[in-house]
Amino acid sequence: MSLSVSAEFLGGLDQIFGKVRQSTLTVPEGSTIKDLLQLIVQQHLENPKDICMFLDDDNEGIRAGILVLINDVDWELEGELEYELEHKDVVTFTSTLHGG
Amino acid sequence: MTNDEKTKTKKGNLKLCELCKSRKQAIKRPKNLQKICKECFYHVFETEIHQTIVSNNLFFPGEKVAIGASGGKDSTVLAYVLKLLNERYNYGLELVLLSIDEGIVGYRDDSLATVQRNKIQYNLPLEIVSYRDLYNWTMDEIVSCAGIRNSCTYCGVLRRQALDRGAAKLGINHVVTGHNADDMAETVLMNILRGDLARLENSTTICTKSSGSPIKRSKPFKYIYQKEIVLYAHYKKLDYFSTECTYAPEAFRGTARVLMKNLEKIRSSCITDIIYSGENLVLKEKKKRQQFKKKQNANGSKEPTEVEIRNDGSISLGKHGFKDGNRCTRCGYLSSNTICKACMLLEGLEKSKAKIMLENDGVTDGAAKLTRTLESLTF
Repeated sequence: MSLSVSAEFLGGLDQIFGKVRQSTLTVPEGSTIKDLLQLIVQQHLENPKDICMFLDDDNEGIRAGILVLINDVDWELEGELEYELEHKDVVTFTSTLHGG
Repeated sequence: MTNDEKTKTKKGNLKLCELCKSRKQAIKRPKNLQKICKECFYHVFETEIHQTIVSNNLFFPGEKVAIGASGGKDSTVLAYVLKLLNERYNYGLELVLLSIDEGIVGYRDDSLATVQRNKIQYNLPLEIVSYRDLYNWTMDEIVSCAGIRNSCTYCGVLRRQALDRGAAKLGINHVVTGHNADDMAETVLMNILRGDLARLENSTTICTKSSGSPIKRSKPFKYIYQKEIVLYAHYKKLDYFSTECTYAPEAFRGTARVLMKNLEKIRSSCITDIIYSGENLVLKEKKKRQQFKKKQNANGSKEPTEVEIRNDGSISLGKHGFKDGNRCTRCGYLSSNTICKACMLLEGLEKSKAKIMLENDGVTDGAAKLTRTLESLTF
């Protein structure tokens, strides 16, 4: 069975995802945030060069300075990359790397 | 929200806030790793800022305070929280939003629209001061003359003065800015990395009065993590603008920022630690200087109570923090040299302007945006 998960790109992150602020992705059951990141990069990243704006140097984790919320809860409380996605989860990515 | 219900049933283990022990955890505080709920987070966040304000005596009742507002997350949260605290704790402050229009097409014009909305949302008066009016230059023009590498140097010097002038225009002697803990730590690192001892010593002061300015500046967010500011803005659904300045990636600050973010990832308390280190780095006073000071005192040339009243009715607050209290011979702005830094930079620009005008036909609007567009073109 596959799950439907929603991803939000805020804090200017929409710029690298074709100005899309919200998108729905379909992931297989048992997928984690780690898998979701790869899927987002495959499906939504406009310019492959921009991958460093979203992922860390190993292209596995999230870039330092991007906040992640899972259903509006700090992902640090949910197991970060290892969090197992559920149907209708909303994952919010917010960049903090801009001026104030 | 359906999300709340779902997390409750999920995996059967509902994690409760470590403070109120009754609501669902929503955030892990980077400062102390405490896991708390949204309501407690709002309370802790606002109270910490209030305590910073009170313990540092940042304001006095009846004071007129200008909030340096860029439309970005920090200043938007600052405006919101200051208004809230002002009402909650009766600070008796008269708050005004003060924005600078640097003239950066595709960046500042959009962010100013946000400030215009904030003005209505928070019901605060707004004053916009532009580089164009003050210096007859926009940042786009400056960059086309001086190159993208120096953009932040120019912009920084000019903005500092612009904020002062904007405040003076409003008859305000106190500007608050949204600099947060991450910014402070970044600045400390930056000054260490380039060996800038002179700046290092004062880079963490919460309230500064620089040599060129009669206006007091303070940073009520000095101890607040960026993460918490962003989360606060997010949860409270505050309207802020979030695009990086088109010129910023070129700046050295970016390097320090990446270093800091990576350090934070390993140990999130390191931001507070770096600020603490910065606060405790005090330079040993040079011997020569001490002798000089003694001599001055011996001559009896103490002039602590001298107050000067300027044309516009504002008062200079003596020569305490100033090296010599000089006035720029061009623009009349307070400066430690005969010509202030802004005038010096502008003079250099004027020299290259004619040449650029010929080469570019004077089309400079959105220079950075254009460069970025060209860079991203591929065959």
